[in-house]
Amino acid sequence: MFRFIVSRLLQAIPVLLVVITATFFLVRAAPGGPFSAEKTVAPEVIKALEAQYKLDQPVWQQYLSYLNDLAHGDFGPSFRYPGRSVDELIAGGLPITAELAFYAMLVAIIIGVSAGVLAALKPNTPQDYVPMSAAMIGICMPSFLMGPLLVLIFGIWLEWLPVSGWGDLPGDKILPAITLGSGYAAFLARLSRGGMLEVMSQDYIRTARAKGLPEWVVVLKHGLRGGLIPVIAFLGPAFAGLLSGSFVVETIFQIPGLGRFYVQAAFNRDYTMILGTTVFFATLVVLFNLLSDIIAVWINPKLRHQLREGK
Amino acid sequence: MRNKIFGLTVLTTTLLITTLLMGGCSGGENNVTTGNRDGILHWGNGTDPQELDPHIVTGIPEHHILTALLEGLVAKDPATLEPVAAVAKEWSISEDGKTYTFKLRHNAVWSNGDPVTAHDFAWSWWRALQPALGNQYAYMLFPIKNSEAYAKGEIDDFSQVGVKVLDDYTLEVELNNATPYFLQLLDHYSMFPVHRPTIEKFGKPDERGSLWTRPGNFVGNGPFTLKEWKLFKRVEVVKNPQYWDAGKVKLNGIHFHPIENVTTEERMFRSGQLHHTGSIPIDKVATYKKDKPHLLHTYPYLGNYFYRINTKLPHLSDQRVRQALAMSIDSKQLTEQVTKGGEVPAYTFTPPNTLGYNAKSAFEFNPEKARKLLAEAGYPDGKDFPVTELLYNTSESHRKIAVAIQQMWNQYLGVNIILNNQDWKVYLDSVGNGDYSIARAGWIGDYVDPNTFLDMWVTEGGNNHTGWSNPRYDELILKLAPTIPDRAMRYKLMAEAEAILLEDMPIIPIYIYNSKSLVHPSLKGLQPNILDYVLYKNLSLDPSLSGVNIH
Amino acid sequence: MSDPVLAEGAIKKSVPQTEKGTSLWQDAWLRLRKNTFALLGLGVIVFFCIIALLTPYIAPYGYEQQNLMLGAVPPSAEHWLGTDIFGRDMLTRIMYGSRVSLMVGFIATGVALIIGVLWGTIAGYAGGRVDAVMMRLVDILYALPFMIFIVLLMVVFGRNILLLFLAIGAVEWLTMARIVRGQVLSLRRQEFIEAAVSLGLSRWTIIRRHLIPNTLGPVIVYTTLTIPSVMLLEAFLSFLGLGIQPPQSSWGLLISYGVETMEEYPWLLLFPGLALSITLFALNFLGDGLRDALDPRASRN
Repeated sequence: MFRFIVSRLLQAIPVLLVVITATFFLVRAAPGGPFSAEKTVAPEVIKALEAQYKLDQPVWQQYLSYLNDLAHGDFGPSFRYPGRSVDELIAGGLPITAELAFYAMLVAIIIGVSAGVLAALKPNTPQDYVPMSAAMIGICMPSFLMGPLLVLIFGIWLEWLPVSGWGDLPGDKILPAITLGSGYAAFLARLSRGGMLEVMSQDYIRTARAKGLPEWVVVLKHGLRGGLIPVIAFLGPAFAGLLSGSFVVETIFQIPGLGRFYVQAAFNRDYTMILGTTVFFATLVVLFNLLSDIIAVWINPKLRHQLREGK
Repeated sequence: MRNKIFGLTVLTTTLLITTLLMGGCSGGENNVTTGNRDGILHWGNGTDPQELDPHIVTGIPEHHILTALLEGLVAKDPATLEPVAAVAKEWSISEDGKTYTFKLRHNAVWSNGDPVTAHDFAWSWWRALQPALGNQYAYMLFPIKNSEAYAKGEIDDFSQVGVKVLDDYTLEVELNNATPYFLQLLDHYSMFPVHRPTIEKFGKPDERGSLWTRPGNFVGNGPFTLKEWKLFKRVEVVKNPQYWDAGKVKLNGIHFHPIENVTTEERMFRSGQLHHTGSIPIDKVATYKKDKPHLLHTYPYLGNYFYRINTKLPHLSDQRVRQALAMSIDSKQLTEQVTKGGEVPAYTFTPPNTLGYNAKSAFEFNPEKARKLLAEAGYPDGKDFPVTELLYNTSESHRKIAVAIQQMWNQYLGVNIILNNQDWKVYLDSVGNGDYSIARAGWIGDYVDPNTFLDMWVTEGGNNHTGWSNPRYDELILKLAPTIPDRAMRYKLMAEAEAILLEDMPIIPIYIYNSKSLVHPSLKGLQPNILDYVLYKNLSLDPSLSGVNIH
Repeated sequence: MSDPVLAEGAIKKSVPQTEKGTSLWQDAWLRLRKNTFALLGLGVIVFFCIIALLTPYIAPYGYEQQNLMLGAVPPSAEHWLGTDIFGRDMLTRIMYGSRVSLMVGFIATGVALIIGVLWGTIAGYAGGRVDAVMMRLVDILYALPFMIFIVLLMVVFGRNILLLFLAIGAVEWLTMARIVRGQVLSLRRQEFIEAAVSLGLSRWTIIRRHLIPNTLGPVIVYTTLTIPSVMLLEAFLSFLGLGIQPPQSSWGLLISYGVETMEEYPWLLLFPGLALSITLFALNFLGDGLRDALDPRASRN
């Protein structure tokens, strides 16, 4: 088990290096620099700014010094917000995005898994079709369509919920969470339905029923355990996807999270911010995939066994 | 049977959690109600401020915050835009208009109690000129003698720059020329004083982005002090009891909300979360005009929306072609049908009535004449006119206008135009490098004087980018006008220059900007003016109007 | 001695006729036919594709035809789906938008398909070191936060529609490769492949004639399910301002315009939104149906 974790961690390093290098050079290749402005900037001012941000050094030098800083945990100063380091900006935006992702995940799990399990219990009946079709809406209606619609209905027409903000007014976290989570709810519904279907047809389920256990015990205690394995395996990539998919939701609901920072930084050519956020997200994705793999192995005795044997 | 129980359990759990998330629904009091009660103004402020150091920032959102935290020598009367006393209680100007002597009031203090002295201003202006600081507005100080040379590193000694501290409360400023609008400049944030001990405590004077601007560190001399600065959430300022005129300040504080999306801002206004918005979605202007005109505040703004023409390209180097293009744009239809914001079509570059200046409008919408001119230039009915690209920075509003104009040129001249849009930064580079044929542009005046509009177009001017050059124009703007202290005579010279500009048409003025905001009835004291200039001292909130229906 | 011919005839007659064998495809088609939703989905897609192809001939108005005096009006007799703020007919714009959206969907998926199938087949068949390296690469790429890269790519390189295809295709081929490789791995051990090898067929012929056709099942399913996510991705990018640029229009772009004015003119959001959603629904139902049809185990009770 331990060796498994270590080997995966080691594998992550080349991934991150590729990410950093690719982003670094991509960003520098972009037309339009960070200091272009409508009122033409005096050349001596531009020179001073470039010197401060080391932009007057050859690119290779900049790259190496960036790697060096990175190794010390320093993402560098933001171009757009002088006086703020990228670390500071990320630290500011991350908790919010994480909270949003968490709530969205909650929504996705609750709605998705219930729908999927319900559907699996009576396949090919209305109990199957209705929840699955409803879940389908989550997949087919993009967040930038669903979000504004929800805002229109619940925020403006009915005035039940706030139209924007995060943490300012009670209830302003609901619409963003639903908007972001609904797509994943649909996936989870399918996965859990598929997983449950496979499990419920297994022999040990029949045995449990034959033993006279009430149906809900059969489902909850025995069925879910196996049926939710694909769901758990999906959670890792799902969480990572949620983080990056938060761009649109954060823009629609004016949420000051990392996703929105990233898009703005890209448009503003805030080099360090773009780099910092990309590296950060990549690290998170890798970590989550690893975590999810570990949990999947841990929860599934078959795989654990395989691991011991195989390694 | 059991399935149903399972399903029910799941459903109940879901409902429970949802109710948890819902908290108390959205039944709380909104910002306008609490604000009016506590004397807090909620101001929609566009983008998040980059910084709060007046010698680094460049934007209007920052301007709104900085005018609350700091005060310059001279301020403006919101109604007339003429200078009024601020830190300087009086001043005198020499005969030739080149020397200003300011007498500072003795009771102006910093928020930590230190007196505001002439030394502060001298030091602050020295700092503003330091190249390492990267102050993009350093040029605001250039009318001061030798300041430009100092900023460019041509002279080393600051004592040669025309700023002299005569005594603690007297400041003498010497200019290169009689710059009649100099007093206007003093109200720009690049000319604001900063507190030297605070800056030096947190780093070097020319260090960009040190911590001196953070809440708790910031020391200012304005009517408010910095209480909180939550990145991307809001900036909060509270009344400064030390301010020399604190008695006149009726607000207890201001919350600046950074809201980039105009649609979201308008919704927040409607839910009573803002007293004042920075802008208004174009599509809502008509609705407000019809149903709630008392909430909509529009006023001409000191800015011009225009197209630059690259006069170096062969087919665009002919003055008649440019005039033809200009005369076939129906700006009236444009502002009525497309922009719909109540803007005024522009037939001059400097907005009309810029502190009394009115250039003569030199062209008009006349498709007949335009066609004739184009034919004379060798392109009858647009035949053989090379396909020309119209560049604009990505934005729906610019695109709408570009599409409409593309159609007009096609319809009236038979000329074929293709549209190209680029990201803001890329677009700036393209225009800066002359890499365009016709490009959309906008210019907002830095101060209320035609010079801020006309000095752009001198030969090789830093903001010219059209390749246009006219020696008589240069002479008028650079040599003659600056030396005339008499306003009327100066204006005559500048009008002559502008006439040359409009005759040659390297640029096509389209419309004069409009400031548009939504204002809650409980906010009193706003005075519309062409700079959208606000004196916070004059504002007050009326709690009795909190519940007015604004839906 | 009995007549052999007669005897044969007698034997033939007495043996009951065996059922005519059905191929995998015919089986699948029969199952698919029973799935109403999937058929509906197929019908919708075909319908949209036909309209998209015929748009230049059947659109009621010109694409950029403005009517500034008219402005935005709700659905009426002249404009079945209303007009936008420029007075442009929404039905026309949605039809033209369908061309772009569907084209991006199919072509980008095609790119992903080609790369993914080739990659997965080669990796799966070659096995050993080659397989390990190829799939390790896939793993590395899988870990990258692709949304971030695409945003960056589009900002950096401007909005070339070709680049859009490549960028989107580059994201989607990974899963395809994995699926194909999995299939190939399980097929490789089967006897008919061994037989082909022992017959001396070249590796390339084996891949082409035996492996790829047998992986087609999952590939078709996954392709049908990739198209909607590609279309979603394009719509998402266009919404952010990074995908299709005006004057071209895609459903994503139309939706983003509609969002801005959805209070005043809800039809500007509703109709493009419906168009996109219906297409995605249809594709998903079709994909599900295909999966159920080709792999009956999945829907077994």
